[in-house]
Amino acid sequence: MKKLVFVPLALFAVLVAFLLIGLRRDPREVPSPLINKAAPAFQLPQLQDPAKTFSAQDMRGKVWLVNFWGTWCIACREEHPWLVEYAKANAVPIVGVDYKYSSDTSDERAAAIRWLAELGNPYSMTVYDADGRTSIDFGVYGAPETFLIDKQGVIRFKQIGPLTPEVWQNKVLPLVKQLNQ
Amino acid sequence: MTARRTNSECLRVSFVSLWLNSSIGHSPQRHREPQRRTKILLSIAALLGLGFLPAVHAQVARPIEDPAIEARMKHLTKELRCLVCQNETLADSQAPLAEDLRREIREQIKAGKSDSEILAYATQRYGDFVLYNPPVKATTYLLWFGPFVLLIGGTALLYRYVKRRRDLIEAEPLTVEERQRAEKLLKEM
Repeated sequence: MKKLVFVPLALFAVLVAFLLIGLRRDPREVPSPLINKAAPAFQLPQLQDPAKTFSAQDMRGKVWLVNFWGTWCIACREEHPWLVEYAKANAVPIVGVDYKYSSDTSDERAAAIRWLAELGNPYSMTVYDADGRTSIDFGVYGAPETFLIDKQGVIRFKQIGPLTPEVWQNKVLPLVKQLNQ
Repeated sequence: MTARRTNSECLRVSFVSLWLNSSIGHSPQRHREPQRRTKILLSIAALLGLGFLPAVHAQVARPIEDPAIEARMKHLTKELRCLVCQNETLADSQAPLAEDLRREIREQIKAGKSDSEILAYATQRYGDFVLYNPPVKATTYLLWFGPFVLLIGGTALLYRYVKRRRDLIEAEPLTVEERQRAEKLLKEM
């Protein structure tokens, strides 16, 4: 009978543990179901030259990053100088997908070309997703988002929000090295 | 970090509340210049109005859709969460992403896809989190059955406790003396 006194206490401790774990997690960061699955296929016009297209298939056999961004995205501006810095080391090709919501009536393509001219271009290739379909296929909901794709075209890592130097050093670079072996 | 990533569509409400707070706030300078304050408030209101203009425009420009398709879409999007404004369903959200997803769903309905195919389309991209009604599987057993386990466990504990108390009372009946004292006390009342 006396032992039962500790049951509520133990239950309370479990509850506190759950709440503590919950506090440390960012509820906005939804785990992607695409991790360790084949990256969605896409073929999009190039940003600077709409007549030419680029396809995810072109990157087969390479480890690469695909970064979803837009000139309307504030956090992308914060991330951009870091990307320019990472690109200098040439560790992994970064493909940029400039995307636009269909309700956005501005000339995103022109704004993006201006953005890259002014702030530097970290992308080995930039494509333009005019109706946001490719971004939806990748499950992008909070730009910037970045996916690391391996030689077989499988998504290995996803970053929601800016690729900070910590994430780059501790997660992206070690994974790139491992996948390139 | 989180706040910076929040979509501007969700932020509008907080802008309005910020503006209200600042106009109520105790700033002696502002009280001395009521005209200037009104001007500022009016211009902020105008700016907020401007923000709404593109959305209104988009709604007017959209062609009238088949009511049957719209009804099905409404039913489906009520089941789905908007990941930009996570407290809203896809049916209610004004976020541009929600608008594009509604467009995708509308097109899939027109293409003859079933409801379960469309829900699968959403979960393949955004995970089970988009479903307001999460599926029953190993990772959600605790969520679905936890409350019932607690209820049954709690009832069992309560039953045991009550039964034990009853056994205790029956094990020690009153002696003749005690009974007489009790009856006397009851009479005095």
